[in-house]
Amino acid sequence: MADFRDLLSNNIIVLDGAMGTQLQKSGLPLGVMPEEWCLTHSEDVTAVHRAYFQAGSNVVLANTFGANFLKFGDRLGEVVSAAIRCAKNACSGFKDAFVALDIGPCGKLLKPLGGLDFEDAVDIFKRTVRAGVAAGADLIFIETMNDVYELKAAVIAAKEECSLPICASMVFGNDQKTMTGASPEAFVALAEGLGVDALGINCSLSPAEMTPVVERILKVSSTPVIVKPNAGLPEEVDGKTVYSLSAADFAEQMRALTEKGARLIGGCCGTTPRYIEELIAATRGIQPKPIENKGLTCVSSYTQARYFGNIPVLIGERINPTGKKRLKQALKENDIDYVLNEAVTQTERGAHVLDVNVGLPEIDEPSVLKRCITEIQAVCDLPLQIDTSDPVAMERAMRVYNGVPLVNSVNGKRESMRSVFPLVKKYGGVIICLTLDEKGIPPTAKGRVAIAKKIIRNAEKYGIVRGQLVFDTLAMAVSADGSAAVEALEALDCIRHKLGCHTSLGVSNISFGLPQRDFINSTFFAMALTRGLSAAIYNPNSQEMVKTYKSFLALSGLDENCAAYVDYASSVTAGAITEVGGRADSANEGGGLTYFIVKGLKKEAAAEAARLLGNTAPLEVINAHIIPALDEVGKGFENKTVFLPQLLMSAEAASEAFKEVKARLNPSDNAKKIKVALATVKGDIHDIGKNIVATLLSNYGFTVYDLGRDVAPERVVEAAREHGVQLVGLSALMTTTVVSMRQTIELLRVELPHVKVCVGGAVLNEEYARTIGADRYCKDAMATVRYAGELEEGLS
Amino acid sequence: MIKVIRGRLDGFDGQEALRYLGYCKRDIPADNVRSLFEECGREVLAVQDLRAVYSDFPLATEGDGLDLGFARVKSHSLALNLTGCKRTVLFACTAGAGIDRLLAKYNRISPAKAAVVQAVGAALVEGWCDEICARIEREYGAVKPRFSCGYGDLPLTLQRDIFAVLSVTKNIGITLSDDCFMTPTKSVTAIVGVIEK
Repeated sequence: MADFRDLLSNNIIVLDGAMGTQLQKSGLPLGVMPEEWCLTHSEDVTAVHRAYFQAGSNVVLANTFGANFLKFGDRLGEVVSAAIRCAKNACSGFKDAFVALDIGPCGKLLKPLGGLDFEDAVDIFKRTVRAGVAAGADLIFIETMNDVYELKAAVIAAKEECSLPICASMVFGNDQKTMTGASPEAFVALAEGLGVDALGINCSLSPAEMTPVVERILKVSSTPVIVKPNAGLPEEVDGKTVYSLSAADFAEQMRALTEKGARLIGGCCGTTPRYIEELIAATRGIQPKPIENKGLTCVSSYTQARYFGNIPVLIGERINPTGKKRLKQALKENDIDYVLNEAVTQTERGAHVLDVNVGLPEIDEPSVLKRCITEIQAVCDLPLQIDTSDPVAMERAMRVYNGVPLVNSVNGKRESMRSVFPLVKKYGGVIICLTLDEKGIPPTAKGRVAIAKKIIRNAEKYGIVRGQLVFDTLAMAVSADGSAAVEALEALDCIRHKLGCHTSLGVSNISFGLPQRDFINSTFFAMALTRGLSAAIYNPNSQEMVKTYKSFLALSGLDENCAAYVDYASSVTAGAITEVGGRADSANEGGGLTYFIVKGLKKEAAAEAARLLGNTAPLEVINAHIIPALDEVGKGFENKTVFLPQLLMSAEAASEAFKEVKARLNPSDNAKKIKVALATVKGDIHDIGKNIVATLLSNYGFTVYDLGRDVAPERVVEAAREHGVQLVGLSALMTTTVVSMRQTIELLRVELPHVKVCVGGAVLNEEYARTIGADRYCKDAMATVRYAGELEEGLS
Repeated sequence: MIKVIRGRLDGFDGQEALRYLGYCKRDIPADNVRSLFEECGREVLAVQDLRAVYSDFPLATEGDGLDLGFARVKSHSLALNLTGCKRTVLFACTAGAGIDRLLAKYNRISPAKAAVVQAVGAALVEGWCDEICARIEREYGAVKPRFSCGYGDLPLTLQRDIFAVLSVTKNIGITLSDDCFMTPTKSVTAIVGVIEK
């Protein structure tokens, strides 16, 4: 039998049509899982496959769309092997006929949107792949995916379990996005990064409706493209379901897409063997478009792709502890919120990619980096740069990263290339390549270009193409070496224009040791931009850099009608540059920290707290200003004159003020002794209420350990013990999860009888709380604060 | 037959959203809350991705025992709701994952916005349900108020049957956890009794 990859390289491959709707025609009742029929009605399943082969399909998808461990448990192997057998039986006698293991969504949404852990998803898919491979599938066909992250889990599972060809296809809507918001380009980047054999779109739309998405995919894909649309929309005619597109119309529309370059064509819901016959007739004679390497350099997040090209890419450097005291402290204290705020601020200020570096000697870099990457991706959809010299940290971060990361960095040292290239081959990525090697940084441009060539040659051996390499020609301090800028720029120019690779610089190194560093940095930045700089690591808070960048785009004809420049210029006043976002004048109304907190004015509260701290003791600021403000709002909330949004806005303002205070507070100054662990109980993923409680408790100066959502009883006990808390707060939203609340309380009573437990959440009340053995029912966040306050008084 | 539809709403019931946040009709939100509300409203409307799947089923009742055509269930409250009906329309709908993205984000950086997005998202999906019910009414005639799992004594576990019969995950992307939670969280399933003419 021919090899699928060989066939794919020179031909248009015809896939099959729908399975589910065909089985329903032969009697599959609604609500019965179609996979079951591979066991009970194998003849019927085989007949559907055979009809597709007879119609001319090269590939049929076995009836395994929903066959996963979650649905079939221990019967999975049996179901998958029966399904593959049905398809294999159908293909005997046909030439160039292949059986694909069909993999659909597992039915659960991954974190952060849902509750499924990425590695658990990989594991679920691995079980299906293993069963399919054992049963003799010829290729893996991952389809109807709504979430690129789930697609990544499925592809990694396939790659780690077998070396069969992998096809990966997603559902796009009329808005040209997937359900979780990915653009076609973001999908292509991710799928190509993972090295699939074919990628594309299926289900949901008719061929004509798919056209814009197919065109966008074809434009950027260097991989064969799959198009497997529906036969239009289902309609009811005389009590029967029919699809709005006839086989002939479907085929006609498919011909247009095939001419544009689709290489694997077939049908999804509503299509039948007749549609496939018509499809083959309509596309007969169309020459397959050769698959070209588009040579694009692209990083992506779960929603968007960012191409390296004429418009230089700005990489925000704020999440890198080098020289940043506050970030160092945050990382040491596991204060992820600080990191997240840096991510959001840089996004607002116009960064295109965010650098993430957590390298500090005293932390566990692999786990902190992985956590930061995941958490940043929950709040920010810019592509990220994974910046670490630790290969273990790099692999873990690349594995969980949702998209194609920028990887910082590899260099010309043999050891470095040996550890980084295989990771990029496996997970995808664009690599920042430093032009240095075992002998150090060559002083001349020529030496650096030579290292670049060496890196390119080596990368090729790993199957990594030039487009994936971005060279950093290393700007060194010009104060130490007068030719530092010249040599770096010379090398940069040569690599960009002679070697045809993109370039990047950490611009600010150049000014090391000089006063007014921004002056030097921004001028050097301008010089580099004119020499072909494709990307820069920069500080989005530096107005000089932003000014240079905006001006450069206008001057280079990259800003149509100078619109972006005019927009930017109107946001800054001549001479004096206001802070982006503006700052309200704190003296214009009311005033005072208490006032700002009550009104929920964050920036003003922080500024006023900082001012007060100049002449007031930190504890005094808390007790005389922050707490009275919170009490005022809290009382209003209890009396129903203040409502939840106001309470929370005040809480946020208080948090900002509290951060200022905390920076000057000695740990021993913290007056409150009560420590609280909070968790949304196992099985429950609703955590807004719990988060509100956490915010308010911390505002009042209690130490809070937020254990997150879906937390097992054992984990609550373990954390309560580890931190020595006196109070545990549990939250549950649904009646079904009150059971796990009860179990958690029971375990706490046995293991830590002295710890008090308060509970809250929509389904609870006084009586219910008593029944499950809680010490206190807290109807809202203020009630929890009051209870913690009571316990605090009991201690003193 | 199973129908899959999409929609788009220009607004939502602001009063309803305020109600979720604890406001009564006579309570006027403060100015800063109002602007927060408008901001979050715009963000939620921008990311909405309204989808629904529905189909009709014959209904047979015997006391509190109901044969819904796709599952059998015992529920006094549903039986009461469906009194006199011989058909029901079952639907599942969602306002999309974009709202969950906003929630995941604001849960970490702004509890106030998280609470407001939560309320606005809930009001939006309610509005979407109303639109779906209006559509069902046009297609099938007058209907009873919609009834969801977890109302009264209708078990939450019926969600599993609903998800299977409407292929909810495949058709509109909602997923169901082992504990019968739906994600995207701004999603609703409901049974709508068709009133016999």
